[in-house]
Amino acid sequence: MTDVHKGDIVIETKKLTKSYGSLVVLDSIDEVILEGEKVAIIGPSGSGKSTFLRCLNCMEDPTSGAVYFDGVNIADTRVDINRQREHIGMVFQSFNLFANKTVLENIMLAPVYLQTRRLRETRRKNLLRRIGNLFRRRKKPLLPVTDTRQTIEERARKKAEELLCRIGLQEKRDSYPSTLSGGQKQRIAIIRALAMNPRVMLFDEPTSALDPEMVGEVLDLIKQLAQEGMTMVIVTHEMGFAREVADRILFMYGGKIAEQGSPAELFEHPKNPRTQQFLRSVL
Amino acid sequence: MNEAKKKGFLRRHWIDILTVTVLAVLLCLLAYAIYERFQFAKKWDLFLEYFVENRGYNRLLTGLQNTAIIAVAGLLIGFVIGTLIAVIKVIPPYRKPTRYAQKFCTFYVAIFRGTPIVVQLLVGYYILFPIMGLTLPPVTACVVMFGLNSGAYISEIMRGGINSVDAGQLEAARAVGLPFSASMRKIVVPQAFKNILPTMGNEFIALVKETAVVGYVGAVDITKCFQDLGSNSYEYMIPYLVMALIYIVIVATIAFFVKWMERRLSRSDRRA
Repeated sequence: MTDVHKGDIVIETKKLTKSYGSLVVLDSIDEVILEGEKVAIIGPSGSGKSTFLRCLNCMEDPTSGAVYFDGVNIADTRVDINRQREHIGMVFQSFNLFANKTVLENIMLAPVYLQTRRLRETRRKNLLRRIGNLFRRRKKPLLPVTDTRQTIEERARKKAEELLCRIGLQEKRDSYPSTLSGGQKQRIAIIRALAMNPRVMLFDEPTSALDPEMVGEVLDLIKQLAQEGMTMVIVTHEMGFAREVADRILFMYGGKIAEQGSPAELFEHPKNPRTQQFLRSVL
Repeated sequence: MNEAKKKGFLRRHWIDILTVTVLAVLLCLLAYAIYERFQFAKKWDLFLEYFVENRGYNRLLTGLQNTAIIAVAGLLIGFVIGTLIAVIKVIPPYRKPTRYAQKFCTFYVAIFRGTPIVVQLLVGYYILFPIMGLTLPPVTACVVMFGLNSGAYISEIMRGGINSVDAGQLEAARAVGLPFSASMRKIVVPQAFKNILPTMGNEFIALVKETAVVGYVGAVDITKCFQDLGSNSYEYMIPYLVMALIYIVIVATIAFFVKWMERRLSRSDRRA
């Protein structure tokens, strides 16, 4: 891993530690996730893999240590975490589609809201500049405003519909999440994250809450994304899937990354006795 | 078959039927006793004279209007304040200003839940507003005080509603980059609101009944209007009976709409 350029690092954790009271869940983890990499995290329950994933976009605030995303330490409370989270897609075990919004609204909500807010900010800045220009000899140029609320919404709708078409659920666009099957919900949750054009996707046990016959459709979608070169970090119990999709497997145990390596290496020749024991019990 | 059903009905409900019958008989006896003992007919004529011929009903209309204004506006103000307090209370308390705001909210709720509404009304009308240099008409003062008061109660209801929304909803909103305030406004509070709508209906009913004390600061509501009618005619029985009846009718109507709303909402949960 020494031949990697610095620009290729998407997420980097430094001495990432999370503890609840005296219980240490993550114990000083140093890890790097590279652009285009598919990392699967496996391990027994309670080993901290979900917590680790949730620390990567600060859904859980780390107790100490740093998480660098695009070179910005998002564990720092002074950083506007929302700006960074836009670029980190997240998919939950329990889907968490917005129950009071239709499918289309679910997908459009965040892009429309964030772009509109940016538009408002630009307009406010322009107004200030215009007032300032009254007193300036050398006028400051105004920031370009190309969008309106309508174009933003139009674009988001088009994108949402394209994404829905892609997973073949365009006729569900106006349904509410409570009427969908688990597999449909999870696929929509995935494209909801995709609608933000994230640099990296985090999957927190995306198939654990699904009926067995629906696991396949969700895994297929994730595989497609992987083939398109999306950077992803996946916490999963599906060993076969991890092996097929991932470039690198992290085995976590007791809040540490006990062993990591390519799927072939780790599944065929695990070195750590914990890994051996775990693989024996699940395979 | 039909016979059996009838028999079953009797067997299942005989205790209810008996209770209702006994109560009805007792009520009739009571009514007759009152009618005889208290010269009901004479009093009724007196009431009609003051209520209809002396245009007492005009005052009642004002009273009804004021009661409605105070209850509805109070509920709306209370809803805004209550939602604000509830949201402030569920902000993760990482920053100092948040903690101070939360302390203030706890204090506010303690004050308004810890004193009777009459006391709040009197203190507000005769002390607070004059000190602030405001001379509000009685009804406006009542609207403000009832709004502040129900804000405290609704904040607790709303907090329950927010807690009843799955934590994953907030998480998902935060994960797509919405700030806390927007996540609350667009995702959590609307769902919480739906959950607490029936409770809000009950709060409204309670509010309607509580407005009976606004006469203390000189606002004319239903109670005040009948009190005055009584003291004018030196005859209280009929006015107070009619007053009670009016309250019951109002509350029953609202309760009916609350039930209807509840049914509608539970249907929309299952919508296809």
